[in-house]
Amino acid sequence: MAEFEPKIIAFVCNWCTYAGADLTGTSRIHYAPNVRVVRLPCTGRIDFMLILQAFGQGADGVIVSGCHPGDCHYTAGNFHARRRWMLFRRLLDFVGIDVRRVTFSWVSAAEGAKWAELVNSVVADVRTLGPYEEFPQRLGGPGQKPLEVA
Amino acid sequence: MELLRDKAKSLLTGGAVQVVIGYAAGSATDRFRPHFARSADDADRLIFGEGCRQNLAVYLLKPEVRAMGKAAVVGGPTTLRTLLQYAVENQIADGLVVALALEDGRVEELTSFAAVEEYLAQRPHGLSDGDRAELEQHAARSQKDRWAYWSAELARCIRCYACRAACPLCYCEQCITENNQPQWVPVASDAFGNLEWNVVRAMHLAGRCVNCGSCAAACPENIRIDLLNQVLAQEAMTQFGAEAGYSVRKEYALSVFKPDDKETFIR
Repeated sequence: MAEFEPKIIAFVCNWCTYAGADLTGTSRIHYAPNVRVVRLPCTGRIDFMLILQAFGQGADGVIVSGCHPGDCHYTAGNFHARRRWMLFRRLLDFVGIDVRRVTFSWVSAAEGAKWAELVNSVVADVRTLGPYEEFPQRLGGPGQKPLEVA
Repeated sequence: MELLRDKAKSLLTGGAVQVVIGYAAGSATDRFRPHFARSADDADRLIFGEGCRQNLAVYLLKPEVRAMGKAAVVGGPTTLRTLLQYAVENQIADGLVVALALEDGRVEELTSFAAVEEYLAQRPHGLSDGDRAELEQHAARSQKDRWAYWSAELARCIRCYACRAACPLCYCEQCITENNQPQWVPVASDAFGNLEWNVVRAMHLAGRCVNCGSCAAACPENIRIDLLNQVLAQEAMTQFGAEAGYSVRKEYALSVFKPDDKETFIR
């Protein structure tokens, strides 16, 4: 059997991490191709439900990344996001969801190398953890048989 | 009991309030139902006992109840905290609600938020020792055991939304779970939707929950969903020093921030 290839969904902000990931590419830095990048305006926009939806639709790991504190394009979006993540992560841990599969990070538009490093390390970690089979899948989601109509 | 009825009667006949929200006898001796006393005769049916635990503040924001006029609400510390949290969230103006605080058979009439604050300041804050011990017991288990426990518990959820109806702070006119463009939470009761609903409910109450326990009491499957709220309340307290419902000047923990909020997990 082929080696397990983790599926990683990255929710990134438009202004820093997305531009940072772009820089990784334009700098010709190779990194693991397991990541699917979803661009959002700001980390403040990254609702915790998006993270649940990613897992519910087959992700093995999630990266959430945006501007460093103080650098937010909208002044304070990442400060609000940080508070929310602190509580959300505690709740995930309390219900027994493996928090090692959710990585929060700050990657600026100048940190192309950091992005490559981050993705590579997350992919390596999730590869050791294996597929996230315990997480319940959303019915009718991708990779599942369509719901049968009686 | 007589004290409560007399107080309610004098408030109603004096015109200080138009309705007193309290408890009346239910379908069995150990069951109670909410009672909306609008006249002195109605007030004779008010009772109070061990099983009167529902947080009656939930009715204050209902348009039908608002239309009745000024209201008095009967309850203990968590009901009072709900009033202050409503004030923080600009749901009720000061002076439009009277709290009838019950304790050891005594009734105290609190007519302003300042009076409620003062009353609560003299009472113990935070989780009770029992609740704290229970949370610690849950948190001490391994991640696999916690998942085994919660996935089995949440599998029983029938998504009746009784928790939402009972919660005084779940007052959105349209809930995210009813949104179907996009359909965030699947309608059917399945493992994913149940997990998502309960996580969403807890997160939307994070830093706002006053720990009245009405959600768990309303749950027909007896799932301890209040633990999810408690763990977040505790975290909001340790991380941000935020405690809902003790002061009208304190802001909701997630609507403010400090540039130096400390975390240990962001890479």
